[in-house]
Amino acid sequence: MKVRLKSQKIRFSTLGDCALEVFVGFPSEAGVIERVQVLVAALKKQGVSWILDIVPAYGTVAVFYDPIRIPSVLDNTYDWLCEWIKNVALHAGVLARRTPSLPKKRKPFEIPVCYDKSLGEDLERVAAKAKLSVQACIKLHSSATYQVQAVGFAPGFPYLAGLSPKLAMPRLQTPRERVPAGSVGIGGNQTGIYPFSTPGGWNLIGQTPLRLFDLNQTPPALLAVGDLVIFKPISKEEFLAWK
Amino acid sequence: MEMKVHKAGVLTTVQDLGRYGYRAGGVPVCGPMDSVGLRIANLLVGNDEGAACLEVTLVGPEIEFSSDRIIAVSGAKLSNIEMNRPLVVKAGEKIKLGSCVSGSRAYVAISGGIKTEAVLGSQSTYLRGQFGGFEGRALKEGDILKLGKGLSLKKDVSRFYISGSPLPQYSGALTLRVIEGAHKSEFSAGFFTQSYKVSPSSDRMGLRLMGKSLQRKVSTDITSRAVVCGTIQVPADGQPIVLMADAQTLGGYPQIAHVCAVDLPLAGQLKANDVVEFSLITAHDAQELLKKREAHIGLIRIGIKHYFQTA
Repeated sequence: MKVRLKSQKIRFSTLGDCALEVFVGFPSEAGVIERVQVLVAALKKQGVSWILDIVPAYGTVAVFYDPIRIPSVLDNTYDWLCEWIKNVALHAGVLARRTPSLPKKRKPFEIPVCYDKSLGEDLERVAAKAKLSVQACIKLHSSATYQVQAVGFAPGFPYLAGLSPKLAMPRLQTPRERVPAGSVGIGGNQTGIYPFSTPGGWNLIGQTPLRLFDLNQTPPALLAVGDLVIFKPISKEEFLAWK
Repeated sequence: MEMKVHKAGVLTTVQDLGRYGYRAGGVPVCGPMDSVGLRIANLLVGNDEGAACLEVTLVGPEIEFSSDRIIAVSGAKLSNIEMNRPLVVKAGEKIKLGSCVSGSRAYVAISGGIKTEAVLGSQSTYLRGQFGGFEGRALKEGDILKLGKGLSLKKDVSRFYISGSPLPQYSGALTLRVIEGAHKSEFSAGFFTQSYKVSPSSDRMGLRLMGKSLQRKVSTDITSRAVVCGTIQVPADGQPIVLMADAQTLGGYPQIAHVCAVDLPLAGQLKANDVVEFSLITAHDAQELLKKREAHIGLIRIGIKHYFQTA
């Protein structure tokens, strides 16, 4: 019997003594985010109580575990866990040459955004730097499809890839002490949304009336790694009516 | 069945063992800065080990119960109270919890536990997110917290106490054992050879350290990645930050090391101007140390449970 060689490899590294990091690939490589999603889903499906958290970010997956309760049969718990995860990954198709298909493809989330300079303080500066009119800048930002690469910084904050290189903008030298909740910003070559009013250093170009983190929802974070996002421009009237 | 807060103290919050399962959504774990203190305090009053307690910072609150209770204080030593033993408090008696004389955080467990609503599976207060604990904030004068049903005991429980090991020995000058971080080799030497001072701007999110600035030998960008409680990040100014209970879930700074789980409670007791050094161990050795400590706590648990069952 011929065994087809697997073409994908994953790498492991320690992340302290109660977590490890699985490196699936560079986020720019095709299919890496999908592999990350499949690995996360497969690990969750194991339903083991000694895994406390699974945190995907870009091309990595951090697995938080309890070294006391882990049923390691090896003296070295970390080695055992690496083998265990490799096995889960293999069976889930994460290591297969072809990008594994996801159980359910979700439509992109449509995020309404009011691109008004009263709600996006840096909009005019971003447009000027990109040598675009404000209108063209809005059109460019709202015509791309983005993908969530990571959720963090604050609860529910999505880091989105897919920004037009024209709109890429370095973070502010001095972060603002308060960024209003719902603010849509550009930081480097990424765009993101502040779910809460927090300090922040991204260039603000608009605001969404949507809640990105809601304790009454399960899960509370609206967006998860791998989700697709599009922005839909709305007027200030619509924005205010929504709120 | 309630507790009244007469004076709040510097920063008194409700904490249980933390909020797990939501890190992927960017929700920090929170929970105690010194988990051993919280667990021991709970065991001493017959509670579940992870029940919600008061985490007292530097100066304690003044509290009163509407019914008789057993309390226990563990963690940082308070100036005016017997530590690590059950204490009987009568209904209506005002208890003033003094200030920390070693360490910075004491845990007050109350028999029956504190009954605030669990948010995302935990009663831990997340100050920045303003949820969990009591109304998502530190306690204030006049607050009234609901308590669970306390134990009714025939026997005098106030005779037993825990002393010495495995209780962490808090000190204003200590060495924390750490595990190598992903970017350790990118830094010039200095992290393991110097003493750091803890900055006054440290809080439940992180301990900011002050020392000779560390130089990073490369200037490549770091992609944000998961951090753990205990991750030591080094921002551009070269002054390390030890991420603690309320830290964000992702970090974009180089990670030089991670404080091992067994020493994290010690880190959680550091306060401004304390002095700290770091020494490197392997993840495997760190886990062995953790197992040893857990075995020791296990013995205490069995001993106390037996005592309460016959009480």
